[in-house]
Amino acid sequence: MQRETSQTTIPFWRDERVLKVLGQIAFVILVGLFFSVIFRNMMTGLAKQGITLSLGFLRGVSGFDIAETLFPYDRNSTYLQAYQIGLLNTLLVSVVGIFFATILGVVLGVARLSTNFIINRLAAFYLELIRNLSLLVFLIFWYLGVFLKLPKVKEAIIWTGNIFLSNRGVGIPWGIPTASFPTFRLILLFGFILALIVFFSLRAYSQRTGRAPLTLLWTLLTFLLVAAAGWILLPEKPLAIDLPRVQGLRLTGGKILTPEFMALTSGLTLYTAAFIGEVVRAGIQSVSKGQVEAARALGLNGFQTLRLVVFPQALRVIVPPLTSQYLNLIKNSSLAISVGYPDVFYVSNTIQNQTGRAVEMIGMVMLTYLAFSLITSLLMNWYNKKIKLVER
Amino acid sequence: MRKIFAITGILIVAGLVLAACGGAATSAPSGSGETVTVKETVIVTVVAPASPAVVAPTGYGVTLETVKARGNLICGVNSQVPGFGYVDANGNFSGFDVDYCRALAAAIFGDPTKVEFRPVTAAERFTALQSGEIDILSRNTTWTLVRDTELGGNFVHTTFYDGQGMMVPADSGITTLQDLEGGTICVQTGTTTELNLADVMASLGVSYTPAVFEDADATFAAYSEGRCDAVTTDKSGLVSRRTVLADPAAHVILDVTMSKEPLGPMVRHGDDQWFDIAQWTVFALFAGEEFGITSANVDEVKASATAPEVKRLLGLEGDLGLKLGLTNDWAYNILKLVGNYEEVYNRNLGPDTPTYIPRGLNNLYINGGLLYAPPFR
Amino acid sequence: MANLDTALPPLTERSTILRWLRKNLFGSWLDSLLTIVGLLIVYWALKGFLTWAFTAAEWRVVSANLRLLMIGQYPIEQVGRLWLWLAFLVFLTGTSFGIWARQSRFAVGVLMLPAVLALVFPFEGAARTWLLALTVIGVAGWLGGRTKPEVLKRSVIAGWVIALPIIILLTHGFSESTTGFWAVAKTNLWGGLLLTFLLTVVAILFSFPLGVLLALGRRSELPAVRWFSVLYIELVRGVPLITILFMAQLMLPLFLPEGMTIDRVLRAMVGITLFSAAYLAENVRGGLQAIPKGQYEAAQALGLSGAQTMIFIILPQALRLIIPILVGQFIAVFKDTALVAIVGLLDLVGIAKTVLAQPEFLGLQREVYVFISLIYWVLSYGMSYLSQRLEERLGVGKR
Repeated sequence: MQRETSQTTIPFWRDERVLKVLGQIAFVILVGLFFSVIFRNMMTGLAKQGITLSLGFLRGVSGFDIAETLFPYDRNSTYLQAYQIGLLNTLLVSVVGIFFATILGVVLGVARLSTNFIINRLAAFYLELIRNLSLLVFLIFWYLGVFLKLPKVKEAIIWTGNIFLSNRGVGIPWGIPTASFPTFRLILLFGFILALIVFFSLRAYSQRTGRAPLTLLWTLLTFLLVAAAGWILLPEKPLAIDLPRVQGLRLTGGKILTPEFMALTSGLTLYTAAFIGEVVRAGIQSVSKGQVEAARALGLNGFQTLRLVVFPQALRVIVPPLTSQYLNLIKNSSLAISVGYPDVFYVSNTIQNQTGRAVEMIGMVMLTYLAFSLITSLLMNWYNKKIKLVER
Repeated sequence: MRKIFAITGILIVAGLVLAACGGAATSAPSGSGETVTVKETVIVTVVAPASPAVVAPTGYGVTLETVKARGNLICGVNSQVPGFGYVDANGNFSGFDVDYCRALAAAIFGDPTKVEFRPVTAAERFTALQSGEIDILSRNTTWTLVRDTELGGNFVHTTFYDGQGMMVPADSGITTLQDLEGGTICVQTGTTTELNLADVMASLGVSYTPAVFEDADATFAAYSEGRCDAVTTDKSGLVSRRTVLADPAAHVILDVTMSKEPLGPMVRHGDDQWFDIAQWTVFALFAGEEFGITSANVDEVKASATAPEVKRLLGLEGDLGLKLGLTNDWAYNILKLVGNYEEVYNRNLGPDTPTYIPRGLNNLYINGGLLYAPPFR
Repeated sequence: MANLDTALPPLTERSTILRWLRKNLFGSWLDSLLTIVGLLIVYWALKGFLTWAFTAAEWRVVSANLRLLMIGQYPIEQVGRLWLWLAFLVFLTGTSFGIWARQSRFAVGVLMLPAVLALVFPFEGAARTWLLALTVIGVAGWLGGRTKPEVLKRSVIAGWVIALPIIILLTHGFSESTTGFWAVAKTNLWGGLLLTFLLTVVAILFSFPLGVLLALGRRSELPAVRWFSVLYIELVRGVPLITILFMAQLMLPLFLPEGMTIDRVLRAMVGITLFSAAYLAENVRGGLQAIPKGQYEAAQALGLSGAQTMIFIILPQALRLIIPILVGQFIAVFKDTALVAIVGLLDLVGIAKTVLAQPEFLGLQREVYVFISLIYWVLSYGMSYLSQRLEERLGVGKR
């Protein structure tokens, strides 16, 4: 086939088109070969010990208890349910961590740019301190060095607002739903819908007139007003406040946040906040001074400049690195194993221990984290596109 | 421009392959005796599907061959339980489970130092055994049906009869498991302890919160910081761990036994010869105590032995050692270089040690215990 | 800060301070409030920490276990080998400083570091002597580099190239016998800062070329190569390092043919390398994207082939652009090595855990973890400081 053409044109082994195809085929074969070899090695190895790969074991009874569960679970539950418990715990830590890390990060980023010397230096010191520490050591330190070093329950530190600090956990006041709670939930739903209506009508208004009302503020205010009205008007308060208290050797009542949860979330929050702080600082600095000056020349006041000129532009720079910081926080939550908090990785590790199903469990955990990453990036990409549209 | 990317691609693969299996990849002798290089094995695995003909030689006798060729025994041990498996201040391994490995090395090589101790965590111990990373697991592991079957291992024999216990601070006023209602209990993950705890508490109808930790150090560190109302593990573990708490007298072990915990070494499925060697090493330790042979008097006994079984044990008569694939002085080496069961026990768990545990069930059957060696014949 | 650079006419010191204070601390009532709150925080934190560090803390746990924390269970009779390569490294560093950073006071500071360590920390006698010797060796190299830069340049570069093999060889040893100075020190005895250092260096050096290849692969026009690279990079970046380390420790043995084993430390190295390569690949891709097309075209117009263009024109520019990001990634690798403690290796964190299990040092977690945090901090900060210096020298961002 090649012979007919090779006389007049370049020989096939120097023809780039052929080389490209051949190179790729060789590459695919090599990669395929590599993976088939390791797969076969694994299968023969497992077969020799009479182990077959399957996920059927997940339906078996787990037989172990988990410390922190968001929905009912006991030793009669299945491995799959145990896995779900871990999954929810990871989600909980991630959401709480992202929430607080964002707030603290923004504060740090702004403080880093403050003209106040003390505040500026403090923020800079914090950023440099945290960013050069190892997260694992940081987490272990928070667990063993801080939360387990709190006084015993009997000598618990009591902060104003009935917050108990002890080495058994941090007790905070918590609401217990009463009989009127379902009604209150309906009121909240109503408030939410009303807030949405306010949001969309204000946005339509702003697009029609070109003015920029404080959309988010009014939306939030609407919701809070409805909620407050419901709270006051209902004959029985929808939530009974339960205060933590010391009972014998234990803390009861309210909500007891375990040392493991506290150590993990505070460690992750304080660590990630330092990185978010840097992101925010870089974002704000990326808006050129000319923009601020131009806005002032147009007669916008300081707040308007910030809200209408600086912030939208900074946000575009901030969102992509912020996304990766959020992803880092989610992935870093797998270090829960070092403080004994039952996140998805730790629970899967326990399951793997009790069943010997290393391959399946590691595969499941990896897929889970991949899904987290994918969903978060999709969400943030979507958001990124939204704020890009604003630019026009 | 384009060619470089083709080359790049190939280099990536080459790099990955190199990175994945480069460096200390070693080839070990295969079952039938000849050395199979890594490359050949790869080809074999690709071309031939796993037929019984390929699998069979990896069974009987391979482990001993591998160990002998390597020149040392790789023993998976605990590094965190004083008295059983522990790293002392000089960085040496010591303990009851560790001494069993030394005995096995003495039986194979006539040299108890030819062991490489590999600390394995509770989490990775079975995988380490399955994958061949360790030759034998001697790490206070409980004999259970699932572990004997599904986890691909064979328990050699019980070397230590134990039971799960519960330790609480002495001033807590807790005397029974029921007193722990609503409390927090520290436990180590991936253990039978974790499962027993759930079982026992469920059957007693006691609700509790577990605080689960990755390793023994973390578990007892949390307990000693007051994180939990109680800590549970095998009683031997509680005894030995209590000795290293800040104030041992401030903690009591409840007078309840929550489970049977027969602890012993474990080998992989599929190599019966290796299983035999491991098992008869245990029996040689028992027999040594039964016949009163110690490391101090073994030479004397050997010179003047008259009892046929003692003579067979010490390799003066018959060739029991050869039948195991070892030399005939295998048991002599164990007793001479490591000592008998009593010596091993007293060295690590005896009254003179900080980790003293009364012998209890771990005594010869003639003394009311459970240790019983089959005849050496 | 900025007002220090402006060319104001000289004022009396007193009024300068007052002006500065008013401008920077008490500009408005809000500013004043912030200043006071900030000062309170500083006072409270400093007082708390210093009181603890100098009165309550029992640093004995660190001083008694200094050797364990530094080198783990590495055999005592072979420790000299570690000092040998350390001396080699210090000599190379000193000479390099002498050649390329002649005026740098920072360089001199770095060379003095071993001597300072020897005087501050309670090392054993031999270690103290060695540390002092290191400074002497470093300064000797520095002086040598300053006087004969042209002669030494090549050998210093060659020295850096062979440094890693020498370090590994000396640490591992090569004698068949089980005793003696050159006896093999098995990797399960490597620990502490030594293991952290080796893991970091190996992971950085191997993940770098791998990352460059993956970045090139991701920009390749061959779909198979591109898709493989994309898949690899995204998969690895989507999962936590700890799962990869677990896979390396638990599953890698299953992937290998019967009888073939890979050392545990090596497995961790492979895991971290493969992980970090994916991140590096993305960094390098960023650099590659920043190179204008004109550069390719100009190179082609000069008659360079594709490979030549990449190697001599594009990559050097791209890599120089991303030096700060690369150093950031290397620091991340260094900090991430701590995770091997979770899979049971006795690196700095792993050995800290065993130290805390010693009966006489129970409950001293704060002291030990503060100490190793300090080590992580100093080394990370040193790396980023060095990279800033390097950026200034190479003029990154100024062209």
